[in-house]
Amino acid sequence: MCQVGEDYGGPGPAELQPKLPWRGCEQKCMKCKEGLPVLIIRAGDAFCKDCFKAYYVHKFRAMLGKNRLVFPGEKVLLAWSGGPSSSSMIWQVQEGLSRESAKRLRFVPGIIYIDEGAVCGQSPEERAKTVVEMKLILQTIAFPYHIVSLEEVFNLPTSVLQPVSQGPRGFENTYKEAVDGFIQQQQQQQQRAPEEGGGEAVLSDEQIQEKLRQLSTQDPVGQEEVAGDSLPRPAQTTALMTLFSSVKTLTAREELLQTLRAHLILHVARVQGYTKVMLGDSCTRLAIKLMTNLALGRGAFLAWDTGFSDDRHGDVVMLRPMRDYTLKEIAFYNRMFGVPSVFTPAIDTKAPEKASIHRLMESFILRLQAQFPSTISTVYRTSEKLVKAPRNGDAAGAATARCLLCMCALDIDSTDSATAFGAQTLERLAQKLSPAPVLPTGAPGRPCCTKGTRLQPGCCRDTRPSSEREEPRASFIEQLCYSCRVNMKDVPFLEPFPPYILMESQCRSQRAWEKQEVQEFLFEESEEEALHPLGFSPQF
Amino acid sequence: MAAPVSVQVEFGGGAELLFDGVKKHQVTLPGQEEPWDIRNLLIWIKKNLLKERPELFIQGDSVRPGILVLINDADWELQGELDYQLQDQDSILFISTLHGG
Repeated sequence: MCQVGEDYGGPGPAELQPKLPWRGCEQKCMKCKEGLPVLIIRAGDAFCKDCFKAYYVHKFRAMLGKNRLVFPGEKVLLAWSGGPSSSSMIWQVQEGLSRESAKRLRFVPGIIYIDEGAVCGQSPEERAKTVVEMKLILQTIAFPYHIVSLEEVFNLPTSVLQPVSQGPRGFENTYKEAVDGFIQQQQQQQQRAPEEGGGEAVLSDEQIQEKLRQLSTQDPVGQEEVAGDSLPRPAQTTALMTLFSSVKTLTAREELLQTLRAHLILHVARVQGYTKVMLGDSCTRLAIKLMTNLALGRGAFLAWDTGFSDDRHGDVVMLRPMRDYTLKEIAFYNRMFGVPSVFTPAIDTKAPEKASIHRLMESFILRLQAQFPSTISTVYRTSEKLVKAPRNGDAAGAATARCLLCMCALDIDSTDSATAFGAQTLERLAQKLSPAPVLPTGAPGRPCCTKGTRLQPGCCRDTRPSSEREEPRASFIEQLCYSCRVNMKDVPFLEPFPPYILMESQCRSQRAWEKQEVQEFLFEESEEEALHPLGFSPQF
Repeated sequence: MAAPVSVQVEFGGGAELLFDGVKKHQVTLPGQEEPWDIRNLLIWIKKNLLKERPELFIQGDSVRPGILVLINDADWELQGELDYQLQDQDSILFISTLHGG
């Protein structure tokens, strides 16, 4: 690819070879050497239908087997958008669960579908039609499912934004123990089964109940359960559309959508007792995401955003089991084996190529891939090598500061050095100092009484200096990571945000302020203490 | 002089949105001097079927990167891509793998 003298303007390397007059029947499958090839994966590897199926199914199981993160009997939530990758993922899980005992997947799946129609330009009728279509497919799959509309973000509790720390789990020994324990348990159940019918069902019910009880103690605010199938209230649809239309760029809208969607999935997973969530990101999508996130200033979080597992939330771990498949493989598999999927317009449907960073990066990568067939795999392999920085402070029990929106550990440069981050802080300082504040905060005065935020009484005991009180936006921004801060430049108003985000922001700034107050005291005390030894020293 | 060919053209994965939401099109390509290949078919599609934003479907003389082409349910890369000569009753499928179709 990078050899001297290579003509980059000309045809790609694959085409430099003398082209054979290819007819399907003249080539054979590279695996079984017999079958009629139906597709080429990677450069030049032709597969027949049967070999492709075996290859595809194996890859899914290998991905789960290699990583050893999904424990037997664990509840796993499959995030389904209706699109090809996540549909294929559900199909693979179903296939894995229906296998004979030795090779069977042993986790307990459930499906979540989030209806984002309101922000993707669908009318209520179209949305209802899509949901009906989704349900038809879901009923054939026979996993428990949750259909949630994006409007539900307005009912989320603030607990969504609070990470639940949990000790590291998933070491090889623990995994093996868990598998052995599960197999033993199953054998015992099988022995008991003839005597007492339905014993298994009773047990699992009890487990679920217990998990739910645990949850309710962890999550006192989380009483408002996400309503299942009911249609969203029109007022909330309007509120959601107000929020998205206030955002100035498609890039920021896309990021906001991803953030809200992630919160909603997390909440449903917690309330319903799921400890793992499987996302359908494909290799192609992840390569694009990696480059996009770099451009968005999320370089510090690439390992979480694109890796196989994402443990930023602590108790619920996000997994990406489809990350080894290219979109081409997925599209072919779905077509050949009749995997049902539903096309729904996305937020950027029919948008021009340069409408957002996401869109631009997608065409950039795909065009490069058309010329250099190893582009995507090279970028993707890079994402595999990224290592997560250890979470400092977790060991000591103190929670690390997290970004309010993306919930990653804050990448704050406290020294304010000559970095992009420092530049941003300076910019904000300049705005603060300017006589006419340009920030359209919209809610001067008491920030916690902003209309529509529905705060508990008593929250207005705001004793902070007036300059701080007047700038809920400034303190909101301070709770974000670099990328989310940049993004907020295109979000002029805070008011349309769902209440749980605003409330949590309020709490955090209140807490930070109290902490500062306390620390001022501590500092004085320690100063006094520091003086004592000096005072006493002459006596010795 | 090549005889007219009748082929089924199908769009999926959101590509159908550029064709008034219609997925399957049974079309008859008129007889012409040179034989019909995918290259010519794309030009014909652009002129006769495509309803909006041609740049989201065709770029240069090929399809936009990210759109897969299946000829009789097999990868077009196995069949010479743009140079594949259409036979009567062939089925050509275009699947968009692009975000949002």
